[in-house]
Amino acid sequence: MNAELAVYLAQFAIALVLAPLLPGIINRVKAKFAGRHGKPLLQTYYDIAKLLRKGEVISRTSTWTFAVAPSVALAGTLCALALLPLGGAVSPLAFAGDFVLAAYLLGVGRFAIMLGALDTGSAFEGMGASREGTFSALAEPVFFLALMVLTSLCLGLGHGADTAFSLSTMFGGQTAGAWLTGKGELLLLPVIFFILLLVENCRIPVDDPNTHLELTMIHEVMVLDHSGPNMALILYGAALKLWFFAALIAGLITPALPLWEQMGLRVGIVLLLAVVVGIVESVMARLRMERVAYLLGAAAAMGMLTLILTQAR
Amino acid sequence: MFLFITAICILAATAALCAMLAVRPPSKGTGRAASLVGVSGAFVGCITGLCAVAAGPWAGYESLRLPLALPVGSCALGMDALSRLFLLPVFGLGLVCAAAGGIALRHEEPERHNLGAHWFFFHMLLIGLALVMTARDAVLFMLAWEIMSLAPFFLIDFNDGDSKVRDASWVYLVAAHLGAVALMAFFTLLWQTTGDTSLDALQGGTVLARTLEQMGHSGPGLLTALFVLAVAGFGAKAGLAPLHVWLPEAHPAAPSHVSALLSGAMINAGFYGIIRSVGILAPAGAAPEWWGWALLILGLATALMGILKATAQSNLKRLLAYSSVENMGLMVMGLGAGLVGQSCGNAWIAVLGFSGALLHMLNHSAFKGLLFLCAGEVLHATGTVRMQYLGGLQKRMPLLGALFAVGAAAIACLPPFNGFTGELVLGLSLLDGPALLGVERQVGLLLALAGLACISGLAAALYAKAYGIVFLGEPRSSQATNVHSLSWSTLWPLALPAAACLAGGLAAPWVFDLAAGAAQSSLPLPQSLQQAGLAGLAQTHASLASVAKIGGTGLALALLILLVRRCLLKKRAVESMPTWGCGFQGGSARIQYTDAGFSEPTAKIFAPAMGLKTRLQMDDGLFSRGGQLSVTAPDRLRSGLFTPLFTAVESICNACKVIQHGKIHLYILYILATVVGLLVWGLRS
Repeated sequence: MNAELAVYLAQFAIALVLAPLLPGIINRVKAKFAGRHGKPLLQTYYDIAKLLRKGEVISRTSTWTFAVAPSVALAGTLCALALLPLGGAVSPLAFAGDFVLAAYLLGVGRFAIMLGALDTGSAFEGMGASREGTFSALAEPVFFLALMVLTSLCLGLGHGADTAFSLSTMFGGQTAGAWLTGKGELLLLPVIFFILLLVENCRIPVDDPNTHLELTMIHEVMVLDHSGPNMALILYGAALKLWFFAALIAGLITPALPLWEQMGLRVGIVLLLAVVVGIVESVMARLRMERVAYLLGAAAAMGMLTLILTQAR
Repeated sequence: MFLFITAICILAATAALCAMLAVRPPSKGTGRAASLVGVSGAFVGCITGLCAVAAGPWAGYESLRLPLALPVGSCALGMDALSRLFLLPVFGLGLVCAAAGGIALRHEEPERHNLGAHWFFFHMLLIGLALVMTARDAVLFMLAWEIMSLAPFFLIDFNDGDSKVRDASWVYLVAAHLGAVALMAFFTLLWQTTGDTSLDALQGGTVLARTLEQMGHSGPGLLTALFVLAVAGFGAKAGLAPLHVWLPEAHPAAPSHVSALLSGAMINAGFYGIIRSVGILAPAGAAPEWWGWALLILGLATALMGILKATAQSNLKRLLAYSSVENMGLMVMGLGAGLVGQSCGNAWIAVLGFSGALLHMLNHSAFKGLLFLCAGEVLHATGTVRMQYLGGLQKRMPLLGALFAVGAAAIACLPPFNGFTGELVLGLSLLDGPALLGVERQVGLLLALAGLACISGLAAALYAKAYGIVFLGEPRSSQATNVHSLSWSTLWPLALPAAACLAGGLAAPWVFDLAAGAAQSSLPLPQSLQQAGLAGLAQTHASLASVAKIGGTGLALALLILLVRRCLLKKRAVESMPTWGCGFQGGSARIQYTDAGFSEPTAKIFAPAMGLKTRLQMDDGLFSRGGQLSVTAPDRLRSGLFTPLFTAVESICNACKVIQHGKIHLYILYILATVVGLLVWGLRS
């Protein structure tokens, strides 16, 4: 148990420290594809450090909602991350149904940022909030569908009753073995989670995080008016959210290994996923707004197919 | 029980006093006296009622029989855990709404409104509700049900100078009576079959099952008829689709303290009725499985329809009314899942489905009451609840904004508020779907859970819109600009449900225990499942304890981060500038996103399901000078089903008017002809 706790704490610390590295990796990969040298790998750290040392410019229109939103969002994301079973070790906070809590804690962050955006009274930010609301409402059932496939799988895995519906069971490293033993449909799951990662973190093809003033954006446009420490909190929160989704996929595809090895492998996979996101962003264009719903619909269809196939066996 | 009777007596005495004031010629004095008497009477009565609910063992059963001079039925009252649970919002919200109403009606002119009558019907509604939740006899139940159904008609009709309000109250009255007709048929059929009107005797379903067994194989048809009648009758009150049409009409028309009580307590009565009737119709675990599926699908469809229609609304109170339809749908869905679990022999699904539904009922009463009262204050301050004229209220009324924010976060299912806990329990119940036999059952329950996730995602977007458009940004009209801030002396009644929203989240395990106790007493598990059911409850209790702990930690963490931010900013410049317009400096409040713009992406995807009607008028020619776009979301069930139905009924009734002409001698001839006819018929047989 102590080893598990040590692994969990070590990995939580690693997540907190390494998360801002992910956007750096993505940017570097994109730069390489474009034939540029690109920003330094640690750019996000520099940005956060710089922003934390600055004052703030706050819109005259806004109220305390705007000022509080980034803190609430970061607190929600941190709590959600704490529920993840990092590196095969059961999270000490795990309980039956914790994945629902994790999903809604991420929702707290989304809700807060959306309100902060509406509080500025800017047309652009309202637009971003409206799109964020719609796409997250569509992504939510897909997320649950994918997790439900795992739930039904883990019911038979002989874990204790108190962790039956828990992230710690679902992403504990057994799934990777299961698809080798004839459950091929489970291979769709990492694909679904990858689509969710792109949608929830507003990456291409759903949203373009680099076009800071186009009307096509979702997440970046909501935070136009934030500055100083609040902006630092938002950047850090976004990086942690990216880590959360990447860690979910890593949890799916790491096989059951000894704890510390599994942990190392997972961190490696998370970093590798950032590379994959970079490649996707380099070779694809952003989808038209209406097409995002089709993308999510396709993910939902895959989720349903997987669900039916796993149940039918 | 003694305390409960005292509470009813206090409410009845206040009602009588108000009635006396109502028949006096209206003046400033009588109006003020009526408000004073009404509010203080409701206060004392509701607190006594709450004491009655809290007193005595929750799990225990108290009953009382009073003489009743009717040939059928008796005046039997009883309080078990289910009654207590449903009385909690009645008295709790009754108290809050009376206080808020008293404050809101302070400045009404006595010539326009008879406050004595208003408070009389308010108390009648409270009495009716309290009796419905405790009546143990079908006849008494129907009497109480009628009081409870009629009183709101007069309450909704408060601003009867407005023709829309009159229309809305008529729609309410018709819907209430259609429901009541189904209920009368239900209880009459029940009485005819079993020969008993005592709900105590019928509870548990054994009496009906025995009778049906004696009657032979005609049983199932009769049972189905009873079930359908109960769902139709009680569902009309609860606002289940397609009988929900009165809700979005009546709630915006009524004064806000009334809509809060209707939405937070009265529509619960429909849900209460469905639970009781399921308990009466079938013994534990013997309910046919299709009942569960029917309720599950009906609830899911209602919830989806409700949330999509709510997204399409631009009137805040209408939005809240449709959202009540959605929440009722979720509760019925939980009940359906519970029945499926019970009939398939799965204790986990059964126990959590029932208790999740009841927990959600409690939560919904708290946040919907709060939100309606907040909407009322907005209406009071600005004169409108149309969102395109609002905005920027947070700055002008910071306290009200904070209260609405609490309600919005709670109803959007965000931890650590109470809305999340109910949905978690419902979700956990559906999650065990794979443990059932048969792919269609497994997939069915899991897809219902995906539906639940979609609904709560849409709810979060909806309430971000409701709060964001109404309270944040710049005011969109002069009404919203020139409002005065409200102080605690006006808003203190609203703080009670807001505190309940937070407490319900942080004390979730104990609230869950209350709901679970009520679920077990009203829809008990069969003997064989009880052990497993208790284990499931204990585990969920532990889960909710973790939720409360993590929610509290998250709250503390957010405060800590805020503190750090404040320390960082202490010695630095914090400048206040106009919102960045991307270089464009000529912006006005009109360029902000509106409610319609906010829901446009959702509307694009779900337009057919939302029933959106878009009308675009543009000038001809290449350089159009002006254009008009209107987007409305009329209720298609109302325009497509009920309006033609009632038009047909009206024409039939008009055709029958030939025999009703006001000539008394011909009426006497009718009577004579009927008597002779009956005599002949009697002699022949």
